[in-house]
Amino acid sequence: MITTFAAALNAGLRRALEDDPKVVLMGEDIGHLGGVFRVTDTLQKDFGNNRVVDTPLAESGIIGTAFGMALRGFRPVCEIQFDGFVYPAFDQIVSHVAKIHFRTQGKVIAPLTIRIPFGGGIGSVEHHSESPEAYFAHTAGLRVVTPSNPADAYLMIRQAIALDDPVIFFEPKRRYWDKADVDFAAIDDIPLDRARVCVPGADATVVAYGGTVGTALTAAKIAAEEGHSLEVIDLRSLSPIDFDTIEASVTKTGRLVVVHEAPVFAGLGAEIAARITERCFYHLEAPVLRVGGFDIPYPPAKLEKYHLPDPDRILAAVDRSLAA
Amino acid sequence: MPDKSAYPIQLIQPDGRRVFDREYAALVADIGPEQLRDLYEDLVVTRRIDIEATALQRQGQLGLWAPMLGQEAAQIGSARALHPDDYAFCSYREHAVAYCRGVHPTELTRLWRGVAHSCWDPHAVNMTNPNIIVGSQGLHATGYAYAAHLEGAEIATIAYFGDGATSQGDLAEALGFAASWSAAVVFFCQNNHWAISSPVRIQSATPIARRAYGYGIPGLQVDGNDVLAVLAVTRQAIARARSGGGPSFIEAITYRIGPHTTADDPTRYRSAAETEEWKRRDPIDRLRKLLERESLWDEAFERRVAAHADEVAHQVRSATIDMPDPAPMELFEHVYATPHPLITQERSEYAQYLAGDPGDAAVHQEGVHS
Ligand SMILES: Cc1ncc(C[n+]2csc(CCOP(=O)(O)OP(=O)(O)O)c2C)c(N)n1
Repeated sequence: MITTFAAALNAGLRRALEDDPKVVLMGEDIGHLGGVFRVTDTLQKDFGNNRVVDTPLAESGIIGTAFGMALRGFRPVCEIQFDGFVYPAFDQIVSHVAKIHFRTQGKVIAPLTIRIPFGGGIGSVEHHSESPEAYFAHTAGLRVVTPSNPADAYLMIRQAIALDDPVIFFEPKRRYWDKADVDFAAIDDIPLDRARVCVPGADATVVAYGGTVGTALTAAKIAAEEGHSLEVIDLRSLSPIDFDTIEASVTKTGRLVVVHEAPVFAGLGAEIAARITERCFYHLEAPVLRVGGFDIPYPPAKLEKYHLPDPDRILAAVDRSLAA
Repeated sequence: MPDKSAYPIQLIQPDGRRVFDREYAALVADIGPEQLRDLYEDLVVTRRIDIEATALQRQGQLGLWAPMLGQEAAQIGSARALHPDDYAFCSYREHAVAYCRGVHPTELTRLWRGVAHSCWDPHAVNMTNPNIIVGSQGLHATGYAYAAHLEGAEIATIAYFGDGATSQGDLAEALGFAASWSAAVVFFCQNNHWAISSPVRIQSATPIARRAYGYGIPGLQVDGNDVLAVLAVTRQAIARARSGGGPSFIEAITYRIGPHTTADDPTRYRSAAETEEWKRRDPIDRLRKLLERESLWDEAFERRVAAHADEVAHQVRSATIDMPDPAPMELFEHVYATPHPLITQERSEYAQYLAGDPGDAAVHQEGVHS
């Protein structure tokens, strides 16, 4: 069925609510309104106020109470309305949710799924376009994932909810309206922490995730016209990272460009560059390059087109890699 | 300030008659015919600005706008109670407060057009720029008031926020700090009944003003669509703060007639009947009825006010449309107050890239060990 990214998430959440009575959705405006992006549309109507809960306007409160519910055996799925609003909940996430399993020597689990629309490209005002993934990937005890397309959205949200670990589930908001064919019955069961090779290629590997996967695929198309074959990998999981898949690709291509829209300094690209350099040192024909956001606060809407990696900047990096 | 939460304070009834209230009427005894007409003009002009900005958004000139339609009296009444050296801490909806602080109307739309994260110079008007993170400004207002106190300055701060914001931990902490320090801060909640789609009952099981009591802070409710009543209670709270009497909490009961922002569709979560009912309590109509009753209304005045409103709206429109897009290199401006090597490097790399220079740093990127 042709489905938008947002509708695929909605279908995944619906399935999770149907399958497990302990699944509870909570967040600001998720009930009657269906969330500001309509991801939870109609779910409160169908499952009631106690399964799909409109919370007070307090992010620390949402995560802290969800954590308490998890201690009682529930599987809360929390929505943070926008990336920039997760920071008030940061303490609850990193101090409590992430650490409980370790602190209790495995006696307590916190199977929360924390859904966060993230990234830019929709012309929003400030605090609405952040890429905070590195903060969470840096925190042990959390898993961090991000689908880049409707089919993965449907699959991964269900996997995240079923997992006994807390998952930070980033939704690339500029992809909410992307459409694709999603087969709701037969989904190939690629594990939650596995990367996916989107298009095979021979000359260089481009790793991207979330909103930038589509940009990388566009770059690969343009490169193909120019006679270069790029292998594009969608990371899907940001913690853990599937280095095996990247290693296999780089062993073949000898070149790696990592793309993300978060600032480059101390970002995920740095981690990938370091690990791949360790693992593929003798295969690399060029240094691992990164294309990302600048090391600035997310700029106002009229400037974001310069800040966000576009196909041109990816191709310039590929050229530089090929020239090395 | 006595605790009066049993009923909202009112000085003008919906039909324009005055309410006999010895205590609060005395606080606005100086508001004679001319001042009443000035308040009316403020209400009309700021509504006109708001409507113009909403139209500009619909026409694609602004990325977003947060309409304040219906909340003009709460904003004008409170802001006209401030002294120039008081400092206002706002959310994103206080366009009329900004107007009263002396922000030029042509500066109001800058952030919303997406050309910058700010609208005006805060220190020039003693008012912060729009603050998107809900609830944070209560702490900032408290800290500012405390700092002023340490300097021996007798000023007050006012923190504007909505009913939804009262659920945030930051606001609870602000009340605690303000009470602990007897800080000269006025907490001004515009209870406009909705936090996007959430009705106020989701935020609070008691009248919001009552929450202040638990912190030892007096709280009261005022009819937020009554500009005189809001002026009176805010003057009282500001005077109290300036004279060392400590914090106060005002809950102005009002209503957001329009959508939460231009991206919102309120028909999804509230009834047209509810909105219609509040339209009948319009703050501008109410003052107009009072002016009529007191023979302060005539067509010449109406025309003069409308012409002024149109003129200001025209300024807002042309200033907005004329705002140039920022140049790409502005990305790197003002990230730090002092030079920063990483920014310096990125700036020059990006300049080269834009110039089409295929040189060795053709794009923003760094080799791991190049
Ligand atoms: C920390 C944080 N969480 C969520 C949001 C998203 N958001 C913006 S305004 C708003 C509702 C605010 O309601 P209220 O405080 O009553 O003020 P109003 O908008 O009604 O004036 C929400 C949920 C935000 N801006 N900041």
